[in-house]
Amino acid sequence: MREFLTSQFGVSVILALVVINVMLGAVAYCIYFERKVSAWIQDRYGPNRVGPWGILQPIADGVKFLVKEDVVPNHVDKPLFILAPAIIFVVAFVGFAAIPWGGKLALDGRMVDIQVANPDIGLLYILGVAGMSVYGVVLGGWASNNKYSFYGAIRATAQMLSYEIPMGLCILVVALIMGSVRLEEITLGQTAYWGGWVPQWNVFLHPLAFIILFVAALAESNRTPFDLAEAEQELVGGYHTEYSALKFGMFFLAEYAHMITASAFIAVLFLGGWHFPWFAWTQPEATQWYAVLTKMGVLSGKIVAFLFVMMWIRWTLPRFRFDQLMRLAWTSLIPVTLALFVLATVLVYVGRPRDPYWSLIGNVVILLTAFVSLSISGARITGRQRNLPLAHSSPLPKALGTAT
Amino acid sequence: MIPDSDILHVDQPDLTTAERLYLPQIVDGMKTTLKHLGKTLLLKQPITVQYPEQTRDLRISNYRGLHRLNRDEDGRVACVACFMCSTACPVHCIHIEAGESPWPDREKYPAKFDIDELRCIYCGMCEEACPVDAIELTHLFDLVGRTREEMILSKEELLAVYDETATAKPRKNPRVTGYPGTGNRPQTQTHPIAEDAR
Repeated sequence: MREFLTSQFGVSVILALVVINVMLGAVAYCIYFERKVSAWIQDRYGPNRVGPWGILQPIADGVKFLVKEDVVPNHVDKPLFILAPAIIFVVAFVGFAAIPWGGKLALDGRMVDIQVANPDIGLLYILGVAGMSVYGVVLGGWASNNKYSFYGAIRATAQMLSYEIPMGLCILVVALIMGSVRLEEITLGQTAYWGGWVPQWNVFLHPLAFIILFVAALAESNRTPFDLAEAEQELVGGYHTEYSALKFGMFFLAEYAHMITASAFIAVLFLGGWHFPWFAWTQPEATQWYAVLTKMGVLSGKIVAFLFVMMWIRWTLPRFRFDQLMRLAWTSLIPVTLALFVLATVLVYVGRPRDPYWSLIGNVVILLTAFVSLSISGARITGRQRNLPLAHSSPLPKALGTAT
Repeated sequence: MIPDSDILHVDQPDLTTAERLYLPQIVDGMKTTLKHLGKTLLLKQPITVQYPEQTRDLRISNYRGLHRLNRDEDGRVACVACFMCSTACPVHCIHIEAGESPWPDREKYPAKFDIDELRCIYCGMCEEACPVDAIELTHLFDLVGRTREEMILSKEELLAVYDETATAKPRKNPRVTGYPGTGNRPQTQTHPIAEDAR
């Protein structure tokens, strides 16, 4: 028994059980946290009735979802209708399998990875799984047999297709400069220091790629300002209009599970995963059990920070219009990430893939070029797409008559 | 035809460079929300009123809540069953049945006086219409019931509302008793409950 528990397989099984259960609890508390953050931002208290500070609110919500009537309308495609929330929920959770939670652990003189699975293609695995999440949305919208749900699904598809490209390019940048697609190696590669004290996190090399990946992750997890698939003002509820009770709850929880996966992923790629600088317990050499727990805490802290920023953004920014969403992806993010990709390939070619100066200079030049070209061309992401004719130069009735 | 000289042309201002790039605008917005978040967390002054425990300070003198039927100095119902309120009522929620008054200073009194609180829109027209200031709206707003019948308040219940709220909202003074001119008491006489309130 001890032999099994201390083997890599045994540790993976235990870790999988722990992670899945902690995550199920965490997504429920994400909703509580989201409500609290929104309340604070809007000068309110937030949930404070169920238990002290309302901390039992997720349990009350869960009970409500469980005991509500589960309506399956007559006109839906029944197998797909039931399958869709299951797919979106499962896909949201399998991404956790490749996240390196805490480096290596010394057990009975052996080293085991604190990672459910350590595939050679960890990066591609997460990318593929993230791409599958749209299936739940599309199937839900299609099976509902309702035009609003279907519009939501169509929007989600177009949005995912568009934002996969900048996301994939940003991930390629990381794969190029790290020379590996194993997530554990990507974390390890970021644990050294420049000048003895600046951690070699990728965010300091390619801050622009970090920001764009974050934006794309927001779009991938259907978060504001990219939540057009469930724009309730236009589409009732979007793809989950016809869902009720626990099926709706699964769509709802899957959104938060996606946020957590995306946060963990970005933290591993750009913020050094479980690495916390200047602290001996979070260095790759520390393999004791308490060091591993600290590392898991550090990664969780980074995830919570990302979640907070996502919620902060949600309660600040208005939703994009669909043309603005597409324009942002195709005319801004994709050209910029292509330029970043070229920068990374050039740096790899000249043999300095992780040179901080040239990476940073390249990022700043690309950002300034993008800003200057946007200013000169007069292109705009938001607001009116062109100026209205001046009232002085053309009389108002005429201006209204002409298509502008 | 409006002469051209009277037309004011207003141009929408063009977007500034910062607005076009959008990123500076995002930073501005995030700063605003963070300021609110910090203020709520650190100063602990959310604007929410924790309702069942706390209540807002209502302006009792002019809040339009639950109705009451006022009593006169002798504790009798002040209403003289003139039907002015039920006539003025836009939703016909007041039902009065008049009876011959047992008192010498008025001809009629309400044998029955029902208000359907579910139908009422709390517009205060009845209060405006009443010639003897017998019906008034109070500051009570949390009226609940389990059936529709329960929400039709009878004369006794409306008088009970008066007894409950007379301290917080005394009857107007000087008040009218009976039809003007038929009253046999000086109008300056004050009500014991109103005296307490002061």
